[in-house]
Amino acid sequence: MSNQTSERRQRSAAWGFLLPALGLIAVFFFLPVLVGLVMSFTDFDVYAIGTPASIRFVGLRNYAQVLHDDEFWNALRNTFYFVAVGGPLSVLASLVAALLVNAKVARMKSFFRTVYFTPVVTTMVAVAIVWRYLLHPRYGLINAALVALHFKPVDWLGDPHYAMPAIILLAVWKNFGYNMLIFIAGLGSIPEDLYEAAELDGAGAWARFLHVTLPSLAPTFLFVGVMTMIGQFQIFQEPYVMTQGGPLRSTVTVVMLMYEQGFRWWRMGLATSIAFLLFVLMLVATAIQLRFQGGEARKA
Amino acid sequence: MKKAWRSILVHALLLFGAALTLTPLLWMVSASFMPTGGANTVPPPILPMHPTFAHYIDLFTRLHLARDFGNSLFITVTVTVISVVVNAMAGYAFAKLRFGARDQLFRVLMAALVIPSQVGMMPLFLMVKGLGLVNTPWGVMIPGLASIFGIFMIRQFALSIPDDLLDAARIDGASEFRIFWTIVLPVLKPILVTMATFSFLSAWNDFMWPLIVLSDDAKYTLPVALANLVGEHVQDTELMMAGSVLTVLPVLIVFLVMQRSYIQGVLMGSVKG
Amino acid sequence: MLAPAALLLAALLAASCQSAKSARTTIRFWGMGREGEVVQDLVPDFEREHPDIHVIVQQVPWSAAHEKLVTGFVGRSTPDVSQLGNTWVPEFTALNALEPLRPWLASSSALDSSRYFPGIWDTNVIDGQAYGLPWYVDTRVLFYRKDVLAKAGYRSMPTTWSEWRTALRAMKKVVGEKNYPIFLPLNEWNPPVIFAMQAGSPLLKDDATRAAFTDSSYKQGFDFYLSLFHEGLAPPVGNNEVANVYQEFGRGYLNMWITGPWNLGEMRNRLPAERQNDWATAPLPGPAGAASGVSLAGGSSLVLYKDSPHKREAWAFIEYLSRPKVQLRFWKLTGDLPGRVEAWRDSALMADPNMHAFQQQLEHVVATPKTAEWEQIAIRLQDQVERVVRGSVSPDSAMSALSREVDLMLEKRRWMRERALAAGGAR
Repeated sequence: MSNQTSERRQRSAAWGFLLPALGLIAVFFFLPVLVGLVMSFTDFDVYAIGTPASIRFVGLRNYAQVLHDDEFWNALRNTFYFVAVGGPLSVLASLVAALLVNAKVARMKSFFRTVYFTPVVTTMVAVAIVWRYLLHPRYGLINAALVALHFKPVDWLGDPHYAMPAIILLAVWKNFGYNMLIFIAGLGSIPEDLYEAAELDGAGAWARFLHVTLPSLAPTFLFVGVMTMIGQFQIFQEPYVMTQGGPLRSTVTVVMLMYEQGFRWWRMGLATSIAFLLFVLMLVATAIQLRFQGGEARKA
Repeated sequence: MKKAWRSILVHALLLFGAALTLTPLLWMVSASFMPTGGANTVPPPILPMHPTFAHYIDLFTRLHLARDFGNSLFITVTVTVISVVVNAMAGYAFAKLRFGARDQLFRVLMAALVIPSQVGMMPLFLMVKGLGLVNTPWGVMIPGLASIFGIFMIRQFALSIPDDLLDAARIDGASEFRIFWTIVLPVLKPILVTMATFSFLSAWNDFMWPLIVLSDDAKYTLPVALANLVGEHVQDTELMMAGSVLTVLPVLIVFLVMQRSYIQGVLMGSVKG
Repeated sequence: MLAPAALLLAALLAASCQSAKSARTTIRFWGMGREGEVVQDLVPDFEREHPDIHVIVQQVPWSAAHEKLVTGFVGRSTPDVSQLGNTWVPEFTALNALEPLRPWLASSSALDSSRYFPGIWDTNVIDGQAYGLPWYVDTRVLFYRKDVLAKAGYRSMPTTWSEWRTALRAMKKVVGEKNYPIFLPLNEWNPPVIFAMQAGSPLLKDDATRAAFTDSSYKQGFDFYLSLFHEGLAPPVGNNEVANVYQEFGRGYLNMWITGPWNLGEMRNRLPAERQNDWATAPLPGPAGAASGVSLAGGSSLVLYKDSPHKREAWAFIEYLSRPKVQLRFWKLTGDLPGRVEAWRDSALMADPNMHAFQQQLEHVVATPKTAEWEQIAIRLQDQVERVVRGSVSPDSAMSALSREVDLMLEKRRWMRERALAAGGAR
């Protein structure tokens, strides 16, 4: 058999192998994204569902409208709050858990690792419901614990100042295990002799952590930071199940606003423009993070 | 001496963290066995005084949870099987078969990973509508049938297959499909198991898309049914906890059984990503 | 693990048995929230009367009802018949989802507009055609502390705005600086809208294609509403800031409240026993006496869907649910007020003296603008009103901002109307 026929056969086989996946991705992912871009320049709305002939091309009007809308800025503020507070908190919790599980003296590492990871695989809707009850002002375990520690009970989901913190608590609990795994892997790849050298230089445990562990973890931090942020910008289920966006719209997020505009009011043109704005925002935020943290990571 | 103290401290913290992590789940299970109203007392009870199966029976008889469970299972298993096969074929082709435009195509796919699914959601819904698949399980499955991330993971794994192995088979006159079926798939088995676990968990837990596509309660998946139930029975804490247990149980079992390969997968996705 | 598996099996078996009796026509009914649950109790009697019809009831939570109905329409899986909040009728008519009821009404001698409260009936009429039949009705009246009003020197509720405000001022003296005569929750759009409608504002004008929030009638209502806050007669807070309204009502922190029939039961259950004789209901006062004291025409209608293949059977179910007897049974189960006027002659219903205010009020109810956009507009209005009351913007600038926003929202409707007119003219 000649090399050439083999290559030709490989080429046609390759396309055969690729066809189902690429076909599905092209039709059900790329095409909707492109159509979405077009749609965001139209006034596709509830009338359009009944009367398709009523769709009009409106240029950038949807984008202008969204950017002039207090609702959007409110949703953006709430989302940023969630990302800016929830992100670092979640990464911190993951790091602490990873350090504990990875500690030389720790036993039953895989047991603890599994326990900490468990919330990650649970169904968000189900655990959000569980947390709704844990956060109940009168009967919830969390307030019972606060009272036992002589704090005042908090109306978590009824008070606009506490609703987002409550959702952040849930999100941290649900997700810290994922990043913990990645930190454990990162910790495992730090060469032992770095620590030994530091110890010879007389560095204590804290100094070793600051000067060896943290810098060596820089690339892990970058990965964890970007992935966490991307996920968190898309937060939807937690507020949908726990608060429906309330109280006083204090937990409406950008994706939730998009869902409301798109699938509640059926202003789909407007909703897609919100989605694209979110996309741009995520790109910018990721670029910023790559620039700053990426610099750190390269230094290490 | 100092080391002993450190060990005690570390283990105390580990246990404390484990308790915090598990409390919501354990309380969920415990409350699901409490009689109606049993969980809403001050101070909140930790264990059911008079355990009862009443809520589970209620869920299966009056509230049709078996039906929703069946819907979820059907969708999840179908998505898992199809996506593993489809992604495996594509991942292998990207890793091992030579064809023009391979690297460019792969780069385009990788770049598309940053696009959040929401931007295509509205048109996708209209397409699913056009295909007559709104309010059907197929409409729910569509976005999960092939995944760029899955293709990427399988490709990374498949890169390690030695070319000699494939070429030897080619010289023996095996067809490309036969090579894939008899040589490649067995080698890929570990990553396929991992990807199947990933796919199972994410399809089972998926919420937003099924919420959008399904309108008829006979077609609901478990998470959608559960969110619907909480709208009606929010005061029935114990019933809702039983529903939550049933929703979470399958994924927990799958995770505990498959945890080794699942965790491997998470690490692989992070290290090479 | 075994027990759930056994249950699963049992449930599956039960499900497969059900399919055996399929000779009957099956119709699907969607009910929202509590109503969806209770209507199941009414089905057996109907099925006994109509052995050839089987009714499947699907319960949809209010929070998701709107989405589900539209998705159902889009996916061609609407039910045959459903409950529909009457403010949603315009939107589903715009979607072309609802069956016009004229021929069906003509076939039922027991059902016509004279059997219903006129204001409520009107909510279902779009461009001269009825698309829904009132099922239960809902409006808002005044709940007040009789004892506090009496201490302020009034034996009954005044009926004009100016007398009412004078009474509120007198009550303020009785309850003291820290308490308030009336509660107008800032997180509800209903109170400001009611005052505007009482002053004669249509809210939207030009065939509901433009905002009327800067017109003098709206301004008159809004000024009256604002004066209650400015004079310290109403606290500038929402429901969330008043943790437990019933408790505050009992304590005398709040002494009047514009709210709906669902609170009749809540008041009875939640106010302490010694307060039970201290509260009453009254129809809303108006700028020029009782007749101008209009309130909102709320409630739910029963609608038929265009796509339904079983409209005859579905209509039979609507007829059944509309019988005064069935409506009374439904009222007993839910506390929802019957839509049929005849049902209100029932002694059990009218035995509650607090029900009289509702009966009187229902004769003076007005529909909110009949546009698909109204619900969104109401939410925006509530936001702007809240900002004015909390003092962050002036009433004029808030209302002109709202008008701009609403005119923008209604742009599509204007265009659709113009196009329809042009097409009509060309023909």
